Amino acid sequence: MTNYLIKGAKPLGGDAVDILVKDGRIAAIGDSLSATGAEVVEADGLIALPGLVDLHTHLREPGREDAETVETGSRAAALGGFTAVHAMANTDPVADTAGVVEQVWRLGQEAGLVDVVPVGAVTVGLAGERLAELGAMADSAARVRVFSDDGHCVSDPALMRRALEYVKAFDGVVAQHAEEPRLTVGAQMHEGDRSARLGLTGWPAAAEEAIIARDVLLAEHVGARLHVCHVSTAGSVEILRWAKSRGVQVTAEVTPHHLMLTDECAESYDPVFKVNPPLRTDVDVVALRLGLADGTIDAVGTDHAPHAVEDKESEWASARPGMLGLEQALSVVIETMVEPGRLDWAGVADRMSVRPAAIGRLDGHGRPIAPGEPANLVLVDPTTRSTVDPAALASRSRNSPYAGRELPGRVVATFLRGTPTVLDGKAVK
Amino acid sequence: MKRHLLEAADLDRDDATLVLDTAAQIEQALAGREVKKLPTLRGRTVVNLFYEDSTRTRISFELAAKRLSADVINFSAKGSSVSKGESLKDTALTLEAMGADGVVVRHSASGAPHRLASWVKGSVVNAGDGTHEHPTQALLDAYTIRHRLGRLEGVRVTIVGDVLHSRVARSNVRLLHTLGAEVTLVAPPTLLPVGVGSWPAEVGYDLDAVLPKSDVVMMLRVQGERMNASFFPSAREYSRRYGLDARRMAALPDDAIVMHPGPMNRGMEIAAEVADSVRSTIVEQVANGVSTRMAVLYLLLGGSPQ
Repeated sequence: MTNYLIKGAKPLGGDAVDILVKDGRIAAIGDSLSATGAEVVEADGLIALPGLVDLHTHLREPGREDAETVETGSRAAALGGFTAVHAMANTDPVADTAGVVEQVWRLGQEAGLVDVVPVGAVTVGLAGERLAELGAMADSAARVRVFSDDGHCVSDPALMRRALEYVKAFDGVVAQHAEEPRLTVGAQMHEGDRSARLGLTGWPAAAEEAIIARDVLLAEHVGARLHVCHVSTAGSVEILRWAKSRGVQVTAEVTPHHLMLTDECAESYDPVFKVNPPLRTDVDVVALRLGLADGTIDAVGTDHAPHAVEDKESEWASARPGMLGLEQALSVVIETMVEPGRLDWAGVADRMSVRPAAIGRLDGHGRPIAPGEPANLVLVDPTTRSTVDPAALASRSRNSPYAGRELPGRVVATFLRGTPTVLDGKAVK
Repeated sequence: MKRHLLEAADLDRDDATLVLDTAAQIEQALAGREVKKLPTLRGRTVVNLFYEDSTRTRISFELAAKRLSADVINFSAKGSSVSKGESLKDTALTLEAMGADGVVVRHSASGAPHRLASWVKGSVVNAGDGTHEHPTQALLDAYTIRHRLGRLEGVRVTIVGDVLHSRVARSNVRLLHTLGAEVTLVAPPTLLPVGVGSWPAEVGYDLDAVLPKSDVVMMLRVQGERMNASFFPSAREYSRRYGLDARRMAALPDDAIVMHPGPMNRGMEIAAEVADSVRSTIVEQVANGVSTRMAVLYLLLGGSPQ
């Protein structure tokens, strides 16, 4: 395979160095390295980070290949600087058997742009009634460690308790979509001043917080790992902070859109801004940023949710919830966390690579940039600003909430185990 | 005026007053005429796009457009391509291709008229969208109040009932505030939206306490089925606490009026003897609905053809 000499990159924003990538690994780091036969990548002024890891991606295959496929989603991920993504289980058929998770895993291998790590459903058909064969998925070629009914909450407390306990046998984690369903019947947006005025049924913050509070107590009681998907409220951050201070094994993620956007977006009634959990208030956004900065929230998870045009170009109430995120996630983090000084580049690497890789128990991702380590790397130009054009995205869908927004940061190159998936800001294949 | 009438906030005080004044002029112009018709919108096409059954509102708009000599097309969800699953956007593009100058839309989804307005060139008039707004109802209510009491400034209007699910309440709170009235909402707390505190209105739970200080009482329709979702324990208890009966009506100031947007649940939110009393403006509201909607269509579509 081709070797690469990355010239003048700044690992985690530190001093500029050369990085020699050989046989899929980082072979050497130093000043003025030279290597005959290696292809030179000029990286003057670029930030080098470990390849990003997403705990929360919807790739839609199998079932909705018109909205996204494993391949198109993988390409979007690579362009966003990711080297591994967790593919959520709410496909059709649902990823609740070893067969389906292996199919998704194999499609990811064939695409070869990122490591596609399937998430297994907690319950059969996401129905919340009985456990799926979690062990079979864990033992499959897909090596599933993260289990989630995402899109649905495992709302039955006894079933949730059993799931938390059961996955301990293979070091798994349950990633909970925290939403008390009886409090969100027909819910369309955050419940507050704006929902009152817009006449859209409210999704109260308490419906998320009540489940998180319950689940951290359950996780503590049975000594299991819990991961909370897409935390969206200030109250949730408070509960997580309290749980962590008690030593509960809980981790949490926040989406890029919850770091940047608020329920003000719903004023347009444009369903591109409809998402579950919904966009919240300024107060929540501030709390989420602080929570990510102090580590109460461990990771950024994109909740990349492609939808076909006809599923979004409609009345608000009949549109499907969800928005794209893979290609703009890093830019949003730069805008909301790095530029305001809340997170340095080491912090970005920690929240977008190291911790999510650890939560998913991924070997070879989220590693230090050091000789001998797998060459999963991303090179970022942090200063270039550009306007988001949905038509230019690699995703098969166009439902980006950032359309027309100018955001900082450009992924110049991404390496997956020493092979470039992105060079000069363009997908290699 | 803005090109569309999507919500009461689209009207500032001057616009709203202009609509009411225009409605009064139209009423005068037609008074005593044998042929109740004006030539103003001759050659214009108005489409009534109704995704929800609402005979009274549709007929009111239809009559308004016809009295202005417009061509009127009724496009209802039943018996059209809509029932075959055509999207709102495709329907909008169809209407656009047929050259609709105005689209009057009633839809069960809040915000549907806003979406429609982004897809058609003609003017969109919201005839009720989900639990959001019903601006022409608020205009006809304001017209009725002004006609009966002679003013709107400082008039104390109490709106009673299912505010949470009411587009009539949302439009009235906004429009009456714009026109200088003082609005009080009275309902069981379950039927007030979280966030109602940010509205330009007082909020209370005790109807008897508010009635002596009300120039206008507007009763909202309350669906009996709401009790199945525990919004209140029973229709009987609702009626006892929030219904307007003769005893409560007697607590009103002498010249106070009683309004209801219809259709009424007699015996639920309003007693028959109240609905049929001299204070009641319910039939008047229907009549005023036509002239107010004529005014809206005239002001939105009455310019020279584009």
